[in-house]
Amino acid sequence: MDDDAVFKALADGSRRLLLDRLFRNNGQRLSDLCAGLDMSRQAVAKHLGILEEANLVAVQWAGREKLHFINPVPINQISERWIGKFELPRMRVLSDLKASLEKKPRK
Amino acid sequence: MASSFIYVTFIRTTPDKLWTALTEREFTEKYWFGAHLVSDWKTGSSWKIMLKDGRVADTGEIVEIDPPRRMVIKWQNEFMPELKAEGYSRCVMEIEEMGEACKLTISHSIEKDNAKMIEAVSGGWPRILSNLKSLLETGAVALPDSP
Repeated sequence: MDDDAVFKALADGSRRLLLDRLFRNNGQRLSDLCAGLDMSRQAVAKHLGILEEANLVAVQWAGREKLHFINPVPINQISERWIGKFELPRMRVLSDLKASLEKKPRK
Repeated sequence: MASSFIYVTFIRTTPDKLWTALTEREFTEKYWFGAHLVSDWKTGSSWKIMLKDGRVADTGEIVEIDPPRRMVIKWQNEFMPELKAEGYSRCVMEIEEMGEACKLTISHSIEKDNAKMIEAVSGGWPRILSNLKSLLETGAVALPDSP
C-alpha cells in the first residue's frame, strides 16, 4: 500500500476523528458516523472515501447497509518502520541508566 | 450486537503463494511469532494453533474452504479461561487478485458485545499481517518473535 496515501489521509483532524470514532465503535454506518459531528453528510462521506482509498477504513455490506471498520494494518506498518526500530536503542539507554543509578550508593 | 474487526492488506504476490503462506507450517511459523497452524484444510476438519512451547493456543473447525480464495474458521481460544468462556468466534479469510497484488481481507467476529476474544486478536492480527506481507514481499519478517 502507498505510504503517501496513508500519511495524507492521516494529515487531517476530521479524518483522525472518524478513525477515533470507529476505534471506539467499529462497524458503523455513514449515518451513525455523522451523528453529533459538525460536518455535512457529504463531507463525512468524502473523508471516508479518502480513508478507504488509503486502506485505513474497510467496508463490509450487511444486506443494504454499508458498514465501516477501522483497518489498523497500515498504521501498524508505519509503526514498525519508524517506531519499532527505535525501541531497542531506547531500552538499552534505560537499562544503562538503571545500572548506573543503582551502582551509586544511596544518600 | 456482535464484536468484529476487519483487517485488510495488499501483498505483492499471487493467490496461490498467499494461500500456501496462510496454510503451510513452514510459512506460518515464520510470521506467526513462532506459533504454527495445524489442519488438513478440508471442510469439517479440525484446526489448531500450536505455540512454540507445545501448548495449544486456539482450536476450531474449518467451516468453509475454497482454495485459493476463501476460508471460514470456527475459532476458540484454549489457554485463557475468560476467552475460552466466550465460545467460538468466526474468522473469514478472503483473497482477491488485484493486478500484481492480492488483497487479503480477514474479518474476525463473535456474537457478543465487547468480546475479550476480539480485543485479544485485534492486538495480534495487524502484527501478523505486517509480518506476512514482508515475508512474501522481501523474504524476511520485521518482528520474528513476540515482544
